[in-house]
Amino acid sequence: MSHKSKPHIALFIPCYVDQFYPNAAIATLEVLEKLGCQVTYPMDQTCCGQPMANAGFERDTVGTTKHFIETFAAYDYVVCPSGSCVLHVKEHSPTAPGLEKEQKALHDKIFEFTEFMTDILGIEKIEGSFPYRIGYHASCHGQRGLRLSSSSELNEKPFSKAKKLLENLEGLEWVELARTDECCGFGGTFAVSEEALSVQMGKDRLEDHISHQVEILIGGDMSCIMHLQGIALRQKQSIKFKHIAEILNEILK
Amino acid sequence: MSHPQEAAEFLKDSAKSKWHDDTLWFIRDKRDKMSHTIPEWEELRELASSIKDNVLGNLADYLEEFERNASKNGIHVHWAKDAEEHNAIVLSILKKKDCTAIVKSKSILTEECHLNPFLEKNGVEVVDTDLGERIVQFLGQPPSHIVLPAIHLKKGEISELFHERLGTEKGNEDPYYLTQAARHHLREKFLAAKVAITGVNFGVAETGEFVVCTNEGNADMGVHLADTHIASMGIEKIIPKRTHLGVFLRLLARSATGQNITNYNSHFRSPESGKEIHIILVDNGRTAQLGRENFRDSLKCIRCGACMNTCPIYRRSGGFSYKSTVPGPIGSILSPGLDLQKHSSLPFASTLCGSCTDVCPVKINIHEQLYLWRQEITKAQGTSIKGLSMKFGNGIFKSPLSYNYSGKIMRMALKNLPKSLIYNPLNVWGKQRDLPPVPNESFKEWVKKNRP
Amino acid sequence: MSSKDIIIEKIRILKLDQKPLPEIPDFEGATDLIQEFCISIVSNKGEILSAEELIKKLESGIYPSIFSTDLTFEHFSNQALPVDVHSFSKLDLAILNGQFAVAENGAIWLEDSDLRLRAIPFITEHLVIVVSRDSLVATMHQAYDRIGDKHSGFGLFIAGPSKTADIEQSLVIGAHGAKSLMVVLI
Repeated sequence: MSHKSKPHIALFIPCYVDQFYPNAAIATLEVLEKLGCQVTYPMDQTCCGQPMANAGFERDTVGTTKHFIETFAAYDYVVCPSGSCVLHVKEHSPTAPGLEKEQKALHDKIFEFTEFMTDILGIEKIEGSFPYRIGYHASCHGQRGLRLSSSSELNEKPFSKAKKLLENLEGLEWVELARTDECCGFGGTFAVSEEALSVQMGKDRLEDHISHQVEILIGGDMSCIMHLQGIALRQKQSIKFKHIAEILNEILK
Repeated sequence: MSHPQEAAEFLKDSAKSKWHDDTLWFIRDKRDKMSHTIPEWEELRELASSIKDNVLGNLADYLEEFERNASKNGIHVHWAKDAEEHNAIVLSILKKKDCTAIVKSKSILTEECHLNPFLEKNGVEVVDTDLGERIVQFLGQPPSHIVLPAIHLKKGEISELFHERLGTEKGNEDPYYLTQAARHHLREKFLAAKVAITGVNFGVAETGEFVVCTNEGNADMGVHLADTHIASMGIEKIIPKRTHLGVFLRLLARSATGQNITNYNSHFRSPESGKEIHIILVDNGRTAQLGRENFRDSLKCIRCGACMNTCPIYRRSGGFSYKSTVPGPIGSILSPGLDLQKHSSLPFASTLCGSCTDVCPVKINIHEQLYLWRQEITKAQGTSIKGLSMKFGNGIFKSPLSYNYSGKIMRMALKNLPKSLIYNPLNVWGKQRDLPPVPNESFKEWVKKNRP
Repeated sequence: MSSKDIIIEKIRILKLDQKPLPEIPDFEGATDLIQEFCISIVSNKGEILSAEELIKKLESGIYPSIFSTDLTFEHFSNQALPVDVHSFSKLDLAILNGQFAVAENGAIWLEDSDLRLRAIPFITEHLVIVVSRDSLVATMHQAYDRIGDKHSGFGLFIAGPSKTADIEQSLVIGAHGAKSLMVVLI
């Protein structure tokens, strides 16, 4: 990055991360600070409106969207440790009347955490020791929506922004799964409206990791983690769950 | 029952539903391996998508060109505005030919039009000759997958069925043995039939010919032994030029079953001497879908079924759970156009993972259209309890004060209330999942303390 | 108003944007056409035979009734072309000529003039197609270039024996059509 003055980054933390997984948010903040960024968490922020829009009420999220745009208008970048929230802001938030210019600017400057690290901060590799068998679970919205990594369906050269950040860690074993990128079954309100399917998908996803001896399931989206962890806890499975920012925060000093 | 209820039922037989999931994943995997052998695969998808975009923008011209050329070559062209008219046209041809027993190869369009029960009511015996279709016909079921009609059945069930209907040995589940029994049984029907009905994979405007693709050869067996061939074609199956078949035939079988081509790809241009070919061009809601800007691209579909094979929901709930002729992801964007009320749960039977869009050979933005149908459905439903609670949600999230207040209350409640209150059956999340462990403070509270 | 008029009018009234047709590039495909073709036929559960191997089979008598349009094997043919193809319902073997074949998938092109009666490759129990190795093309695009705008009442790509996997995804060779496809490259 070459800016005349240091760019001011705003941290956007999904509502459920704020409430249930503050460590993932703290880790995101601290990683960016350790890399020399100026980061602020605007206290006024609430929600991006995704749960309502995915339930079919996008038109009713104009107020939420306006508030979101205003909260983040003054910053150079907005970084969020969730691919699905970033995708929603860019593609499924309704037009905010009167704020069209600001909305467009927001869409151009909002990034998911790993893509901000690799594409904007230009991090080529991270060094350190992390001797564990890890399974990475990219959220579908992050992977197929934001193209944070290649999809097994497409005939394309494999790539993964998260893997780039983790693969140089000493001792880390990146476990290949039977189904590389099948959905975990969270899907927002789907988790409740199609509960039987949601849980079966989650159980199957977990089984893929566990049967390949994954010790830590690392995710890019705490929504997927919340769902998988919920099942693992109920089934008394010992596999651990972390957001990728938490791993990087442990490594970086 | 809505999709969630059907899915829950399907999952109750955990061994069978796992087998169904594994079987269809295996086919998805074959498709991947095959597509990776073609370096220009993604380019082919883009070409197919662009060709179909051109078709939809010029549909009337291409249909008229097709009719002109087909007629010139001696094919009788009929037009049907809806299913009723399609069925009436078929019956009238049969009556003219004095025919009361026909053979039919796979045509999802004729399923859509409910042709079989109509003909049977009018005294015509219909024999579906695709092996999978004959099996479900014996069982009185519709196909559960548009390419693999009997994918939901295990060989034990088929063995029992054939024992009853074809007199095969009880308990003999050998697929070769059972298939040979079907071969003998159906060969009699083929040899006797004077009229055969097929579907159409592609109609070529430039030449007035149409193409039918099968692995079994049943479409051809039927039509070449009969005197009259009736082909049913949805109006969106048109492609402009013969050379475009190169693109579509390279994509179709690879996407559908992971084969490099179907065994037989028959190009019908003129009838054999002394015989007749009729083609029925069917609308039945297609022009209405063409008029829906957000959903028009669903008409690009070439009915390969790849979206069903890749869909984690379809694999774990089965075709019948969708209660529409075309199930799965593509069915969920086509069917609401036909009956919004009946199919309102279908666009919600998805996590919007996007895998369907990535496997679609004509690059239909299926998962995007699922999202857009959700918006239409809630509008059509007007205010509902779910709607009210979502509006309320927007009220909370708009103002930071109310959001913080309710979040704190929620966290406090989770920490202090007895487990039974949280895990009661009304709390659907908690049926098979724990709630997340409750932290001492929210991130906002941590920031207030640590980054003032 | 006829149904045709109603349908056409419903489409025209939308006045949709017209998108251009794309150019189809010259995709290359395999360089060793014969090897690629043989691999494709075998993976489709067909067989590649030399002329000598086929003659041995024909001489062995395992196919009591044979119909051949191909001149090389004509003397093995003991069936005349019937007026009604139903008479061929017990035909053991048909030997036909293919016009050309496609290496990427083993598809062989035959038209009315090659088939004589359209039902023959389906009604026969076993099928041999003779095709010239010089006629191979790499891809389906090249195949359609080769067919050009030639007019035949019927054309068929055959790529293997009749098959189905409708019973629990177990592949069975010999559904309704020919139970085997033997290809002789000359």
